[in-house]
Amino acid sequence: MAEFKEVAANASVGEKLLNWVDNRFPASKLYKEHMSEYYAPKNFNFWYIFGSLALLVLVIQIVTGIFLVMHYKPDANLAFASVEYIMRDVPWGWLIRYMHSTGASAFFIVVYLHMFRGMIYGSYRKPRELVWIFGCAIFLCLMAEAFMGYLLPWGQMSYWGAQVIVNLFSSVPFIGPDLALLIRGDYVVSDATLNRFFSFHVIAVPLVLLGLVVAHIIALHEVGSNNPDGVEIKAKKDALGRPLDGIPFHPYYTVHDIFGTSVFLIAFSAILFFAPEFGGYFLEYNNFIPADPLKTPAHIAPVWYFTPYYSMLRATTTELVYVFVGLIGLGAVLAIIKGRFPGIVKAAIAVAALIASALLLTFEPKFWGVVVMGGAVIIMFFLPWLDYAEAKSIRYRPGWHKVMYAIFVLVFMVLGFLGTQPPSPMGERVSQVGTLFYFGFFLLMPWWSRIGQCKPVPDRVVYHAH
Amino acid sequence: MKKLILVLLASLCLASQASASEGGVAWDKFPTAKMTDVASLQNGAKLFVNYCLNCHSASFMRYNRLRDLNLTEEQIKQNLMFTTEKVGETMKVALDPKQAKEWFGGTPPDLSVIARSRADISKGSGADYLYTYLRSYYRDDTKATGWNNLAFPSVGMPHVLWELQGQRKAKYVEEKDPHHEGKTIHRFAGFEQITPGQLTQVQYDDAVADLVGYMQWMGEPAQNHRVRLGVWVLIFLAVFTVIAWRLNAAYWKDVK
Repeated sequence: MAEFKEVAANASVGEKLLNWVDNRFPASKLYKEHMSEYYAPKNFNFWYIFGSLALLVLVIQIVTGIFLVMHYKPDANLAFASVEYIMRDVPWGWLIRYMHSTGASAFFIVVYLHMFRGMIYGSYRKPRELVWIFGCAIFLCLMAEAFMGYLLPWGQMSYWGAQVIVNLFSSVPFIGPDLALLIRGDYVVSDATLNRFFSFHVIAVPLVLLGLVVAHIIALHEVGSNNPDGVEIKAKKDALGRPLDGIPFHPYYTVHDIFGTSVFLIAFSAILFFAPEFGGYFLEYNNFIPADPLKTPAHIAPVWYFTPYYSMLRATTTELVYVFVGLIGLGAVLAIIKGRFPGIVKAAIAVAALIASALLLTFEPKFWGVVVMGGAVIIMFFLPWLDYAEAKSIRYRPGWHKVMYAIFVLVFMVLGFLGTQPPSPMGERVSQVGTLFYFGFFLLMPWWSRIGQCKPVPDRVVYHAH
Repeated sequence: MKKLILVLLASLCLASQASASEGGVAWDKFPTAKMTDVASLQNGAKLFVNYCLNCHSASFMRYNRLRDLNLTEEQIKQNLMFTTEKVGETMKVALDPKQAKEWFGGTPPDLSVIARSRADISKGSGADYLYTYLRSYYRDDTKATGWNNLAFPSVGMPHVLWELQGQRKAKYVEEKDPHHEGKTIHRFAGFEQITPGQLTQVQYDDAVADLVGYMQWMGEPAQNHRVRLGVWVLIFLAVFTVIAWRLNAAYWKDVK
């Protein structure tokens, strides 16, 4: 136990109170560790705003969510009407609801940009692997949160979107139908489903999400922030043990983030007040029709932030499964011929490839589509162990790596776009190529990230005074 | 690499073209100026309760919300309410859903948020659709109601506003199909007035625009307030951003 600290008898009431608290709870210590003496690199650029913005949007979602729950009715007969009640009869209800619906999309925009920042500056690499993993887990939670929240307004898209996605689980071999039944609580999406999704959306997932956000930040503050140069600022410290290229988070980055927040709120408010449906992308038009289990809409598309993954799901046809089998075969042959493994390992590779191919051909492509969709997110967790480039930051990596990342972003956006469109033969081909690129980008990274000459990384960060 | 980018970009263009060419007639543009014209919205409300509310409900819309259109409760009660409901009640309908199904082949949908639900990313707003739909009726003796609609083929609803518009029939011409040699296509070539209505074509279009404007407003009665408030919020944020920007600069000028 820490010693009891005393303050001078003539100290102010404030000092005495703080001392009283500090002797019982590490208030000053926490403030110093995470704010006033948390040294962040001084060369943060535009891309470093999205972490704080994600936290801001999380708070917006929680606070508006609390008020929405006061008026929303999780009941298949009342849900749609209760949302309209919020929009019309609850004072400022329309504002709260639009903040929540715009916030959902804003969350994904901010988080996608935050993740992209991590990718280009190598923020996932040693010693920040756990920061990255907690982040990926947050992303998974966010997807679950968004998916279940989308059912609650009980419109046609809510209903049929949930129906389609939950039905996917029934393609899992052996346990599929029972698993889907467990998720729905019924044989079709119904009141039971609405109630459990409501429970998950307002309490279960947010609890996990909050815990993960805390873990994400604790892990970050333990190892310190990365920066656009990928230089470890803790390597060069002054006499007092402060990083030479670091500055206290508070006040420097708090004022910085207030500015960033203000700019973000301009964009956020412009959408919220002038285009809350955002052309049918943030609030889908079909969702203004109450859920009707007897009327399937002609075209069911998830909300925009899920469409890249939805595209990959749709791209996984029998043909693509054959391509997977071919690629596995090719990989195994290369490993056996080129790899310097002992005979027993080579035999194991051959057996594993055979089993994988047999499984791919045994189960229906729909199931593998689900695996691809889930795998596209899960593969992110492994990023710290896939990247072998000499330099962390894209700034010092070979020029063609920049091209790779640019194509990756383009592919992700094209997949997203195709996911909003009705299926077409052309779209299917393009999304298959996109899916292969997406997975190739990650799975082949151990090889491609070594190719090319990295530029020398400086000892200190590059900073131009304002 | 460059080829790949080009192919992906080309696919984007192709895919969007494919979706744009799908289905139905193009929608006419709803004159959005109606949304800020209170007299038009009031006229729309009158048309709505007279012509639509007999079969369709607007069960999330309260009568007294019409006060937002500068009507007093007294005016609402005397001019816009035909049943003995209270002014705080929503626009319900007495029609029996079972009978409706027998008569029209389906229950007439609730119209509270109809304008919001009928928008289409590639075709236009819900108001555009309604504005086109209510002006696309024509006589068709092959249908049970005697009416058909260009924007909603084989629609169950008869032409409720026919007394205003009069009766029209659709003209079709046979044309050579440019894509298939020797085949012809059945192309729509305009309407032909059979009997005159109470309104001229221009007056009718204007009345429909009023009605659609009302339905658009009813879909989200707070929308005008929302936009007005948004302007103030953005002005505040613009000023605040300048302050935050200077505050940030004041702190950071010391960082070397």
